Amino acid sequence: MLYRLAISVLLLWALLGLFAPLLPLQPNVMELESILQPPTASSWLGYDDLGRPLMDRLLAGAQTSFRVALWVVLVSSLLGTLLGTLAAYLGGWLDRLLVQVIDIMLAFPGILLAIALAGMLGPGMDNVVIALSAVGWVGYARLSRAQVLSLKHRDHVLAARALGSGTPVILVRHLLPLMSAPLIIEATFGVAAVVIAEAGLSFLGLGVQPPDASWGSMIRDGTRYMLVAPHMVLVPGIALWLVVMSVNLLGDRLRDHLDVRSR
Amino acid sequence: MLRYLIRRLAGALVVILGVSCLVFLLIQLVPGDPVEVMLGESASSADRAALREQLGLNQPLLVQLWQYLSGLARGDLGISLFSQRPIGELLLERIPATLLLTVTALGFALLLAVPLGVLAALRKDSLWDTGAMGFALLGVSIPNFWLGPLLILLFSLWLGWFPVSGAEGPGAWVLPALTLGTGLAAILSRMVRSSLLEVLQEDYMRTARAKGLSPTRVVWVHGLRNALLPVITLLGLQLGALLGGAVITETVFSWPGIGSLTIEAIQRRDYPLVQACVLLISLAYVLVNLATDLVYAWIDPRIRLGEGS
Repeated sequence: MLYRLAISVLLLWALLGLFAPLLPLQPNVMELESILQPPTASSWLGYDDLGRPLMDRLLAGAQTSFRVALWVVLVSSLLGTLLGTLAAYLGGWLDRLLVQVIDIMLAFPGILLAIALAGMLGPGMDNVVIALSAVGWVGYARLSRAQVLSLKHRDHVLAARALGSGTPVILVRHLLPLMSAPLIIEATFGVAAVVIAEAGLSFLGLGVQPPDASWGSMIRDGTRYMLVAPHMVLVPGIALWLVVMSVNLLGDRLRDHLDVRSR
Repeated sequence: MLRYLIRRLAGALVVILGVSCLVFLLIQLVPGDPVEVMLGESASSADRAALREQLGLNQPLLVQLWQYLSGLARGDLGISLFSQRPIGELLLERIPATLLLTVTALGFALLLAVPLGVLAALRKDSLWDTGAMGFALLGVSIPNFWLGPLLILLFSLWLGWFPVSGAEGPGAWVLPALTLGTGLAAILSRMVRSSLLEVLQEDYMRTARAKGLSPTRVVWVHGLRNALLPVITLLGLQLGALLGGAVITETVFSWPGIGSLTIEAIQRRDYPLVQACVLLISLAYVLVNLATDLVYAWIDPRIRLGEGS
Protein backbone atom coordinates (compact mmCIF):
# COMPACT_ATOMS: atom_id res chain seq x y z
CA MET A 1 0.00 0.00 0.00
CA LEU A 2 2.65 2.45 1.18
CA TYR A 3 4.90 1.14 -1.53
CA ARG A 4 2.28 1.68 -4.25
CA LEU A 5 1.78 5.21 -2.99
CA ALA A 6 5.52 5.83 -3.26
CA ILE A 7 5.60 4.52 -6.82
CA SER A 8 2.67 6.76 -7.76
CA VAL A 9 4.38 9.82 -6.29
CA LEU A 10 7.56 9.04 -8.25
CA LEU A 11 5.67 8.39 -11.48
CA LEU A 12 3.84 11.70 -11.15
CA TRP A 13 7.15 13.44 -10.42
CA ALA A 14 8.83 11.86 -13.46
CA LEU A 15 5.89 12.68 -15.75
CA LEU A 16 5.96 16.29 -14.57
CA GLY A 17 9.71 16.37 -15.02
CA LEU A 18 9.42 15.22 -18.60
CA PHE A 19 6.20 16.88 -19.73
CA ALA A 20 5.78 20.03 -17.60
CA PRO A 21 6.74 22.25 -20.56
CA LEU A 22 3.67 20.93 -22.42
CA LEU A 23 1.28 22.00 -19.64
CA PRO A 24 -0.28 25.49 -19.73
CA LEU A 25 1.70 26.58 -16.66
CA GLN A 26 2.28 30.21 -15.78
CA PRO A 27 4.82 30.03 -12.95
CA ASN A 28 6.16 33.55 -13.51
CA VAL A 29 2.95 35.51 -14.03
CA MET A 30 2.36 38.00 -11.21
CA GLU A 31 -1.11 38.96 -10.05
CA LEU A 32 -0.66 41.90 -7.73
CA GLU A 33 -4.07 41.56 -6.10
CA SER A 34 -3.29 37.91 -5.13
CA ILE A 35 -0.05 38.56 -3.24
CA LEU A 36 0.41 36.12 -0.30
CA GLN A 37 -3.15 34.86 -0.72
CA PRO A 38 -3.67 31.54 1.13
CA PRO A 39 -5.08 28.47 -0.64
CA THR A 40 -8.72 28.82 -1.74
CA ALA A 41 -11.17 26.72 -3.74
CA SER A 42 -10.18 28.44 -6.99
CA SER A 43 -6.42 28.41 -6.43
CA TRP A 44 -5.61 25.25 -4.48
CA LEU A 45 -2.20 26.19 -3.22
CA GLY A 46 -2.47 29.96 -2.98
CA TYR A 47 -0.02 32.63 -4.16
CA ASP A 48 3.50 33.71 -3.21
CA ASP A 49 4.94 37.09 -2.19
CA LEU A 50 5.00 38.31 -5.79
CA GLY A 51 1.46 37.10 -6.54
CA ARG A 52 2.58 34.06 -8.52
CA PRO A 53 0.42 30.90 -8.34
CA LEU A 54 2.12 28.33 -6.09
CA MET A 55 0.57 25.40 -7.94
CA ASP A 56 2.22 26.39 -11.20
CA ARG A 57 5.51 27.06 -9.46
CA LEU A 58 5.35 23.74 -7.66
CA LEU A 59 4.92 21.87 -10.94
CA ALA A 60 7.69 23.87 -12.60
CA GLY A 61 9.88 23.10 -9.56
CA ALA A 62 9.18 19.39 -10.03
CA GLN A 63 10.67 19.73 -13.47
CA THR A 64 13.82 21.39 -12.12
CA SER A 65 14.42 18.75 -9.47
CA PHE A 66 13.67 15.83 -11.80
CA ARG A 67 15.99 17.08 -14.54
CA VAL A 68 18.85 17.78 -12.19
CA ALA A 69 18.42 14.37 -10.51
CA LEU A 70 18.29 12.57 -13.85
CA TRP A 71 21.40 14.25 -15.23
CA VAL A 72 23.48 14.04 -12.07
CA VAL A 73 22.69 10.37 -11.44
CA LEU A 74 23.35 9.51 -15.10
CA VAL A 75 26.65 11.38 -15.34
CA SER A 76 28.03 10.38 -11.95
CA SER A 77 27.02 6.71 -12.15
CA LEU A 78 28.46 6.28 -15.66
CA LEU A 79 31.66 8.13 -14.86
CA GLY A 80 32.13 6.51 -11.44
CA THR A 81 31.40 2.98 -12.66
CA LEU A 82 33.72 3.37 -15.64
CA LEU A 83 36.60 4.64 -13.50
CA GLY A 84 36.09 2.16 -10.67
CA THR A 85 35.73 -0.83 -12.99
CA LEU A 86 38.73 0.03 -15.15
CA ALA A 87 40.98 0.77 -12.18
CA ALA A 88 40.10 -2.44 -10.36
CA TYR A 89 40.36 -4.61 -13.48
CA LEU A 90 43.62 -3.17 -14.79
CA GLY A 91 45.16 -2.63 -11.33
CA GLY A 92 48.63 -1.10 -11.01
CA TRP A 93 49.23 2.65 -10.79
CA LEU A 94 45.78 3.49 -12.17
CA ASP A 95 44.15 1.69 -9.26
CA ARG A 96 46.47 3.26 -6.68
CA LEU A 97 45.79 6.71 -8.14
CA LEU A 98 42.02 6.20 -8.07
CA VAL A 99 42.08 4.98 -4.46
CA GLN A 100 44.06 8.07 -3.47
CA VAL A 101 41.69 10.41 -5.30
CA ILE A 102 38.66 8.70 -3.72
CA ASP A 103 40.23 9.07 -0.26
CA ILE A 104 40.80 12.77 -0.87
CA MET A 105 37.29 13.35 -2.23
CA LEU A 106 35.73 11.54 0.72
CA ALA A 107 37.61 13.83 3.08
CA PHE A 108 35.19 16.61 2.12
CA PRO A 109 31.78 16.50 3.73
CA GLY A 110 29.74 15.88 0.52
CA ILE A 111 27.36 18.83 0.49
CA LEU A 112 30.16 21.22 1.53
CA LEU A 113 32.22 20.50 -1.60
CA ALA A 114 29.09 20.88 -3.74
CA ILE A 115 28.35 24.22 -2.05
CA ALA A 116 31.93 25.40 -2.65
CA LEU A 117 31.93 24.25 -6.28
CA ALA A 118 28.53 25.81 -7.01
CA GLY A 119 29.62 28.97 -5.22
CA MET A 120 32.74 29.27 -7.36
CA LEU A 121 31.14 28.28 -10.67
CA GLY A 122 28.24 30.67 -10.12
CA PRO A 123 24.51 29.91 -10.07
CA GLY A 124 22.52 28.16 -12.79
CA MET A 125 21.13 24.70 -13.47
CA ASP A 126 24.13 23.55 -15.54
CA ASN A 127 26.55 24.45 -12.78
CA VAL A 128 24.40 22.63 -10.21
CA VAL A 129 24.62 19.50 -12.37
CA ILE A 130 28.40 19.91 -12.71
CA ALA A 131 28.94 20.51 -8.98
CA LEU A 132 26.78 17.57 -7.87
CA SER A 133 28.25 15.19 -10.46
CA ALA A 134 31.78 16.17 -9.45
CA VAL A 135 30.90 15.06 -5.91
CA GLY A 136 28.61 12.16 -6.83
CA TRP A 137 30.84 9.93 -8.98
CA VAL A 138 33.00 8.93 -6.00
CA GLY A 139 30.41 6.61 -4.43
CA TYR A 140 29.88 4.69 -7.67
CA ALA A 141 33.61 4.44 -8.30
CA ARG A 142 34.26 3.02 -4.85
CA LEU A 143 31.39 0.57 -5.09
CA SER A 144 32.20 -0.71 -8.60
CA ARG A 145 35.89 -1.00 -7.72
CA ALA A 146 35.11 -3.18 -4.72
CA GLN A 147 32.74 -5.30 -6.81
CA VAL A 148 35.23 -5.87 -9.62
CA LEU A 149 38.02 -6.73 -7.18
CA SER A 150 35.90 -9.52 -5.73
CA LEU A 151 34.58 -10.71 -9.11
CA LYS A 152 37.56 -10.55 -11.43
CA HIS A 153 39.11 -13.83 -10.32
CA ARG A 154 35.90 -15.83 -10.76
CA ASP A 155 36.13 -18.82 -13.07
CA HIS A 156 33.85 -17.49 -15.77
CA VAL A 157 36.02 -14.38 -16.12
CA LEU A 158 39.16 -16.49 -16.41
CA ALA A 159 37.41 -18.70 -18.95
CA ALA A 160 36.39 -15.69 -21.02
CA ARG A 161 39.96 -14.41 -20.93
CA ALA A 162 41.32 -17.83 -21.89
CA LEU A 163 38.95 -17.87 -24.85
CA GLY A 164 40.53 -14.63 -26.02
CA SER A 165 37.87 -12.05 -25.05
CA GLY A 166 39.21 -8.50 -24.90
CA THR A 167 39.00 -6.28 -21.81
CA PRO A 168 35.93 -4.29 -22.98
CA VAL A 169 33.97 -7.49 -23.64
CA ILE A 170 34.89 -8.98 -20.28
CA LEU A 171 33.96 -5.77 -18.45
CA VAL A 172 30.65 -5.22 -20.18
CA ARG A 173 29.39 -8.76 -20.70
CA HIS A 174 30.93 -10.73 -17.86
CA LEU A 175 31.38 -8.28 -14.99
CA LEU A 176 28.80 -5.49 -15.35
CA PRO A 177 25.70 -7.74 -15.16
CA LEU A 178 26.92 -9.15 -11.83
CA MET A 179 27.55 -5.69 -10.42
CA SER A 180 24.26 -4.16 -11.45
CA ALA A 181 22.19 -4.89 -8.31
CA PRO A 182 24.28 -2.87 -5.84
CA LEU A 183 24.81 -0.13 -8.43
CA ILE A 184 21.07 0.20 -9.01
CA ILE A 185 20.48 0.48 -5.28
CA GLU A 186 23.24 3.09 -4.95
CA ALA A 187 21.68 5.04 -7.83
CA THR A 188 18.23 4.89 -6.23
CA PHE A 189 19.44 6.37 -2.96
CA GLY A 190 21.54 8.71 -5.11
CA VAL A 191 18.34 10.18 -6.56
CA ALA A 192 17.14 11.07 -3.04
CA ALA A 193 20.49 12.65 -2.18
CA VAL A 194 20.58 14.70 -5.39
CA VAL A 195 17.00 15.95 -4.97
CA ILE A 196 17.86 17.18 -1.46
CA ALA A 197 21.19 18.64 -2.62
CA GLU A 198 19.65 20.52 -5.55
CA ALA A 199 16.96 22.00 -3.33
CA GLY A 200 19.63 22.77 -0.70
CA LEU A 201 21.81 24.65 -3.18
CA SER A 202 18.77 26.57 -4.45
CA PHE A 203 17.79 27.31 -0.83
CA LEU A 204 21.23 28.88 -0.35
CA GLY A 205 20.79 30.89 -3.55
CA LEU A 206 23.39 28.83 -5.42
CA GLY A 207 21.02 26.84 -7.63
CA VAL A 208 18.62 27.85 -10.37
CA GLN A 209 18.16 31.59 -10.61
CA PRO A 210 14.99 33.69 -10.31
CA PRO A 211 12.47 33.72 -11.80
CA ASP A 212 12.92 29.96 -12.48
CA ALA A 213 11.23 27.81 -9.85
CA SER A 214 12.98 25.30 -7.61
CA TRP A 215 11.49 23.78 -4.48
CA GLY A 216 14.57 24.91 -2.56
CA SER A 217 14.29 28.56 -3.58
CA MET A 218 10.52 28.45 -2.94
CA ILE A 219 11.23 27.33 0.63
CA ARG A 220 13.76 30.13 1.02
CA ASP A 221 11.27 32.74 -0.25
CA GLY A 222 8.69 31.26 2.11
CA THR A 223 10.85 31.61 5.22
CA ARG A 224 10.54 35.40 4.95
CA TYR A 225 6.75 35.32 5.17
CA MET A 226 6.18 32.45 7.59
CA LEU A 227 3.99 34.37 9.99
CA VAL A 228 1.62 35.79 7.36
CA ALA A 229 1.77 33.09 4.67
CA PRO A 230 2.93 29.73 6.10
CA HIS A 231 1.62 27.98 2.98
CA MET A 232 4.60 29.38 1.05
CA VAL A 233 7.03 27.28 3.07
CA LEU A 234 4.72 24.29 3.62
CA VAL A 235 3.75 23.59 0.00
CA PRO A 236 7.19 23.08 -1.60
CA GLY A 237 8.53 21.38 1.54
CA ILE A 238 5.79 18.75 1.56
CA ALA A 239 6.36 18.03 -2.13
CA LEU A 240 10.10 17.68 -1.56
CA TRP A 241 9.60 15.46 1.48
CA LEU A 242 7.13 13.21 -0.37
CA VAL A 243 9.48 12.66 -3.29
CA VAL A 244 12.54 11.98 -1.12
CA MET A 245 10.59 9.64 1.16
CA SER A 246 9.19 7.75 -1.83
CA VAL A 247 12.67 7.29 -3.30
CA ASN A 248 13.97 6.06 0.06
CA LEU A 249 11.06 3.61 0.43
CA LEU A 250 11.75 2.29 -3.05
CA GLY A 251 15.47 1.98 -2.23
CA ASP A 252 14.79 0.04 0.98
CA ARG A 253 12.43 -2.25 -0.89
CA LEU A 254 14.94 -2.84 -3.71
CA ARG A 255 17.68 -3.57 -1.20
CA ASP A 256 15.58 -6.18 0.59
CA HIS A 257 14.44 -7.63 -2.72
CA LEU A 258 17.88 -7.87 -4.31
CA ASP A 259 19.33 -9.00 -0.98
CA VAL A 260 22.32 -6.70 -0.87
CA ARG A 261 23.75 -6.14 2.58
CA SER A 262 23.87 -2.51 3.55
CA ARG A 263 27.34 -1.16 4.04
CA MET B 1 50.53 -0.55 17.01
CA LEU B 2 53.43 1.80 16.16
CA ARG B 3 53.57 0.57 12.55
CA TYR B 4 49.83 0.99 12.20
CA LEU B 5 50.05 4.45 13.74
CA ILE B 6 52.78 5.56 11.33
CA ARG B 7 50.97 4.15 8.30
CA ARG B 8 47.70 5.78 9.27
CA LEU B 9 49.37 9.15 9.99
CA ALA B 10 51.20 9.08 6.65
CA GLY B 11 47.92 8.28 4.88
CA ALA B 12 46.18 11.17 6.62
CA LEU B 13 49.02 13.54 5.65
CA VAL B 14 48.65 12.60 1.97
CA VAL B 15 44.90 13.19 2.19
CA ILE B 16 45.39 16.56 3.90
CA LEU B 17 47.87 17.58 1.19
CA GLY B 18 45.41 16.47 -1.51
CA VAL B 19 42.53 18.32 0.14
CA SER B 20 44.65 21.50 0.34
CA CYS B 21 45.57 21.24 -3.36
CA LEU B 22 41.91 20.78 -4.34
CA VAL B 23 40.85 23.73 -2.20
CA PHE B 24 43.60 25.83 -3.81
CA LEU B 25 42.32 24.88 -7.27
CA LEU B 26 38.75 25.95 -6.35
CA ILE B 27 39.47 29.57 -7.24
CA GLN B 28 40.44 28.49 -10.75
CA LEU B 29 36.80 27.49 -11.28
CA VAL B 30 35.58 31.07 -11.07
CA PRO B 31 34.52 31.87 -14.63
CA GLY B 32 36.50 34.68 -16.26
CA ASP B 33 38.88 36.78 -14.20
CA PRO B 34 38.43 36.13 -10.48
CA VAL B 35 39.80 39.57 -9.62
CA GLU B 36 37.15 41.23 -11.76
CA VAL B 37 34.43 39.07 -10.18
CA MET B 38 35.64 39.91 -6.68
CA LEU B 39 36.07 43.65 -7.12
CA GLY B 40 33.21 44.31 -9.52
CA GLU B 41 33.31 46.25 -12.77
CA SER B 42 33.78 49.68 -11.25
CA ALA B 43 37.20 48.93 -9.72
CA SER B 44 40.18 50.86 -11.02
CA SER B 45 42.95 49.04 -12.82
CA ALA B 46 45.36 49.95 -10.00
CA ASP B 47 43.08 48.21 -7.46
CA ARG B 48 42.88 45.17 -9.67
CA ALA B 49 46.62 44.98 -10.07
CA ALA B 50 47.04 45.34 -6.30
CA LEU B 51 44.62 42.48 -5.55
CA ARG B 52 46.23 40.32 -8.22
CA GLU B 53 49.55 40.99 -6.55
CA GLN B 54 48.12 40.28 -3.05
CA LEU B 55 46.65 36.95 -4.14
CA GLY B 56 49.70 36.08 -6.23
CA LEU B 57 47.49 35.52 -9.26
CA ASN B 58 50.07 36.91 -11.69
CA GLN B 59 52.46 34.06 -10.87
CA PRO B 60 52.54 30.68 -12.65
CA LEU B 61 50.04 28.18 -11.21
CA LEU B 62 52.67 25.94 -9.62
CA VAL B 63 54.31 28.90 -7.88
CA GLN B 64 50.89 29.96 -6.59
CA LEU B 65 50.27 26.44 -5.28
CA TRP B 66 53.63 26.42 -3.53
CA GLN B 67 52.97 29.81 -1.95
CA TYR B 68 49.51 28.69 -0.86
CA LEU B 69 50.76 25.46 0.72
CA SER B 70 53.73 27.06 2.45
CA GLY B 71 51.40 29.78 3.75
CA LEU B 72 49.14 27.08 5.18
CA ALA B 73 52.11 25.34 6.77
CA ARG B 74 52.99 28.61 8.55
CA GLY B 75 49.36 29.00 9.61
CA ASP B 76 48.95 32.01 7.32
CA LEU B 77 45.53 31.84 5.67
CA GLY B 78 45.69 35.27 4.07
CA ILE B 79 43.44 38.30 4.39
CA SER B 80 39.67 38.40 3.95
CA LEU B 81 38.82 40.59 0.96
CA PHE B 82 35.57 41.84 2.49
CA SER B 83 36.55 42.64 6.07
CA GLN B 84 40.29 43.13 5.39
CA ARG B 85 41.06 41.12 8.54
CA PRO B 86 43.31 38.06 8.83
CA ILE B 87 41.27 34.97 7.92
CA GLY B 88 42.69 32.99 10.83
CA GLU B 89 41.12 35.49 13.28
CA LEU B 90 37.73 35.30 11.56
CA LEU B 91 37.75 31.50 11.75
CA LEU B 92 38.74 31.45 15.42
CA GLU B 93 35.79 33.69 16.27
CA ARG B 94 33.35 31.31 14.62
CA ILE B 95 34.73 27.89 15.63
CA PRO B 96 33.15 27.73 19.13
CA ALA B 97 29.60 28.21 17.81
CA THR B 98 29.97 25.43 15.23
CA LEU B 99 31.48 23.12 17.84
CA LEU B 100 28.59 23.85 20.19
CA LEU B 101 26.01 23.18 17.48
CA THR B 102 27.52 19.90 16.22
CA VAL B 103 28.14 18.54 19.72
CA THR B 104 24.58 19.34 20.90
CA ALA B 105 23.14 17.84 17.71
CA LEU B 106 25.28 14.74 18.17
CA GLY B 107 24.18 14.40 21.79
CA PHE B 108 20.53 14.77 20.83
CA ALA B 109 20.91 12.21 18.03
CA LEU B 110 22.47 9.62 20.35
CA LEU B 111 19.95 10.22 23.13
CA LEU B 112 17.12 9.62 20.70
CA ALA B 113 18.62 6.91 18.48
CA VAL B 114 19.91 4.43 21.06
CA PRO B 115 16.66 3.95 23.05
CA LEU B 116 14.60 4.00 19.86
CA GLY B 117 16.79 1.40 18.13
CA VAL B 118 16.89 -0.83 21.23
CA LEU B 119 13.12 -0.63 21.61
CA ALA B 120 12.60 -1.49 17.95
CA ALA B 121 14.98 -4.46 18.12
CA LEU B 122 13.57 -5.90 21.36
CA ARG B 123 9.98 -5.57 20.17
CA LYS B 124 10.68 -6.55 16.57
CA ASP B 125 7.63 -6.40 14.26
CA SER B 126 5.51 -4.83 17.01
CA LEU B 127 3.82 -1.46 16.81
CA TRP B 128 6.87 0.05 18.59
CA ASP B 129 9.15 -1.27 15.86
CA THR B 130 6.94 0.03 13.06
CA GLY B 131 6.68 3.38 14.79
CA ALA B 132 10.41 3.71 15.38
CA MET B 133 11.32 2.72 11.84
CA GLY B 134 8.58 4.97 10.48
CA PHE B 135 10.20 7.84 12.36
CA ALA B 136 13.56 6.80 10.91
CA LEU B 137 12.20 6.92 7.36
CA LEU B 138 10.64 10.34 7.97
CA GLY B 139 13.86 11.55 9.56
CA VAL B 140 16.25 10.45 6.79
CA SER B 141 13.95 11.98 4.19
CA ILE B 142 13.42 15.43 5.69
CA PRO B 143 15.90 18.04 4.48
CA ASN B 144 17.24 20.25 7.28
CA PHE B 145 16.53 23.45 5.34
CA TRP B 146 12.85 22.54 5.58
CA LEU B 147 12.80 21.00 9.06
CA GLY B 148 14.41 24.18 10.42
CA PRO B 149 11.73 26.57 9.10
CA LEU B 150 9.00 24.09 10.21
CA LEU B 151 10.33 24.03 13.77
CA ILE B 152 10.64 27.82 13.78
CA LEU B 153 7.06 28.13 12.55
CA LEU B 154 5.70 25.75 15.18
CA PHE B 155 7.83 26.43 18.26
CA SER B 156 8.95 30.03 17.78
CA LEU B 157 6.22 31.82 15.86
CA TRP B 158 3.10 29.94 16.95
CA LEU B 159 4.00 28.67 20.42
CA GLY B 160 6.71 31.21 21.23
CA TRP B 161 8.82 28.73 23.21
CA PHE B 162 12.19 29.35 21.58
CA PRO B 163 13.86 32.28 19.81
CA VAL B 164 13.72 32.36 16.00
CA SER B 165 17.46 32.71 15.47
CA GLY B 166 20.83 33.39 17.06
CA ALA B 167 22.81 31.40 19.61
CA GLU B 168 22.31 33.26 22.88
CA GLY B 169 21.48 30.97 25.78
CA PRO B 170 20.52 27.29 25.87
CA GLY B 171 16.95 28.11 24.76
CA ALA B 172 18.28 29.19 21.39
CA TRP B 173 20.29 25.97 20.98
CA VAL B 174 17.29 23.65 21.00
CA LEU B 175 15.83 24.16 17.53
CA PRO B 176 19.16 24.23 15.62
CA ALA B 177 20.31 21.07 17.43
CA LEU B 178 17.00 19.31 16.65
CA THR B 179 17.25 20.41 13.01
CA LEU B 180 20.80 19.19 12.55
CA GLY B 181 20.47 16.05 14.69
CA THR B 182 17.25 14.54 13.33
CA GLY B 183 18.75 13.03 10.17
CA LEU B 184 21.63 11.51 12.13
CA ALA B 185 19.24 10.17 14.80
CA ALA B 186 17.21 8.47 12.08
CA ILE B 187 20.23 6.78 10.48
CA LEU B 188 21.71 5.74 13.83
CA SER B 189 18.45 4.27 15.17
CA ARG B 190 18.23 2.00 12.11
CA MET B 191 21.80 0.89 12.68
CA VAL B 192 21.29 0.29 16.43
CA ARG B 193 18.25 -1.83 15.62
CA SER B 194 19.86 -4.01 12.95
CA SER B 195 23.10 -4.38 14.87
CA LEU B 196 21.35 -5.34 18.11
CA LEU B 197 19.13 -7.82 16.26
CA GLU B 198 22.27 -9.53 14.99
CA VAL B 199 23.93 -9.57 18.41
CA LEU B 200 20.80 -11.00 20.06
CA GLN B 201 21.33 -14.16 17.99
CA GLU B 202 24.84 -14.74 19.32
CA ASP B 203 25.76 -17.69 21.53
CA TYR B 204 27.13 -15.48 24.32
CA MET B 205 23.71 -13.86 24.65
CA ARG B 206 22.15 -17.25 25.23
CA THR B 207 24.89 -18.02 27.75
CA ALA B 208 24.25 -14.75 29.56
CA ARG B 209 20.55 -15.52 29.77
CA ALA B 210 21.25 -19.11 30.83
CA LYS B 211 23.49 -17.84 33.64
CA GLY B 212 20.37 -16.28 35.06
CA LEU B 213 21.24 -12.62 34.48
CA SER B 214 18.31 -10.25 34.48
CA PRO B 215 16.94 -9.44 31.00
CA THR B 216 17.85 -5.77 31.46
CA ARG B 217 21.46 -6.65 32.22
CA VAL B 218 21.64 -9.09 29.31
CA VAL B 219 20.48 -6.47 26.83
CA TRP B 220 22.17 -3.33 28.10
CA VAL B 221 25.49 -4.78 29.22
CA HIS B 222 26.10 -7.84 27.06
CA GLY B 223 24.05 -6.96 24.02
CA LEU B 224 24.37 -3.22 23.55
CA ARG B 225 28.10 -3.06 24.23
CA ASN B 226 28.76 -5.34 21.30
CA ALA B 227 26.03 -3.89 19.13
CA LEU B 228 27.41 -0.38 19.46
CA LEU B 229 30.74 -1.06 17.72
CA PRO B 230 29.36 -0.86 14.15
CA VAL B 231 27.24 2.09 15.27
CA ILE B 232 30.39 3.98 16.28
CA THR B 233 31.98 3.27 12.88
CA LEU B 234 28.88 4.62 11.17
CA LEU B 235 28.94 7.62 13.49
CA GLY B 236 32.49 8.48 12.39
CA LEU B 237 31.45 8.34 8.74
CA GLN B 238 28.28 10.35 9.36
CA LEU B 239 30.21 13.19 11.03
CA GLY B 240 30.91 14.49 7.55
CA ALA B 241 27.20 14.75 6.87
CA LEU B 242 26.78 16.45 10.23
CA LEU B 243 29.47 19.05 9.44
CA GLY B 244 28.05 19.60 5.93
CA GLY B 245 24.54 19.86 7.36
CA ALA B 246 25.80 22.45 9.85
CA VAL B 247 26.50 24.82 6.93
CA ILE B 248 22.82 24.80 5.97
CA THR B 249 21.44 24.68 9.53
CA GLU B 250 23.59 27.65 10.56
CA THR B 251 22.25 29.62 7.61
CA VAL B 252 18.62 28.80 8.54
CA PHE B 253 19.08 30.00 12.12
CA SER B 254 21.64 32.79 11.51
CA TRP B 255 23.90 30.78 13.82
CA PRO B 256 27.29 32.57 14.10
CA GLY B 257 29.49 29.60 13.09
CA ILE B 258 31.84 28.53 10.30
CA GLY B 259 28.93 27.33 8.13
CA SER B 260 27.15 30.67 7.94
CA LEU B 261 30.57 32.31 7.46
CA THR B 262 31.11 30.07 4.40
CA ILE B 263 27.81 31.12 2.83
CA GLU B 264 28.40 34.81 3.65
CA ALA B 265 31.84 34.54 2.04
CA ILE B 266 30.34 32.97 -1.10
CA GLN B 267 27.72 35.72 -1.33
CA ARG B 268 30.39 38.43 -0.93
CA ARG B 269 32.69 36.70 -3.44
CA ASP B 270 35.34 36.61 -0.72
CA TYR B 271 37.01 33.59 -2.33
CA PRO B 272 40.08 33.27 -0.06
CA LEU B 273 37.71 33.09 2.92
CA VAL B 274 35.57 30.45 1.17
CA GLN B 275 38.69 28.37 0.59
CA ALA B 276 39.75 28.67 4.22
CA CYS B 277 36.30 27.66 5.54
CA VAL B 278 36.09 24.60 3.28
CA LEU B 279 39.63 23.62 4.24
CA LEU B 280 38.95 24.00 7.96
CA ILE B 281 35.75 21.91 7.94
CA SER B 282 37.35 19.17 5.83
CA LEU B 283 40.45 19.04 8.02
CA ALA B 284 38.27 18.72 11.11
CA TYR B 285 36.52 15.78 9.46
CA VAL B 286 39.82 14.09 8.48
CA LEU B 287 41.25 14.50 11.98
CA VAL B 288 38.12 13.19 13.72
CA ASN B 289 38.12 10.14 11.46
CA LEU B 290 41.83 9.58 12.09
CA ALA B 291 41.23 9.76 15.84
CA THR B 292 38.29 7.32 15.59
CA ASP B 293 40.43 4.85 13.62
CA LEU B 294 43.30 5.05 16.09
CA VAL B 295 41.07 4.56 19.12
CA TYR B 296 39.50 1.64 17.34
CA ALA B 297 42.83 0.01 16.54
CA TRP B 298 43.83 0.47 20.15
CA ILE B 299 40.66 -1.23 21.41
CA ASP B 300 40.48 -3.95 18.76
CA PRO B 301 43.79 -5.67 17.86
CA ARG B 302 42.18 -7.34 14.81
CA ILE B 303 42.26 -3.99 13.00
CA ARG B 304 45.90 -3.05 13.48
CA LEU B 305 47.16 -6.61 12.94
CA GLY B 306 44.77 -7.46 10.14
CA GLU B 307 45.80 -4.57 7.95
CA GLY B 308 49.50 -5.25 8.34
CA SER B 309 49.33 -8.73 6.86
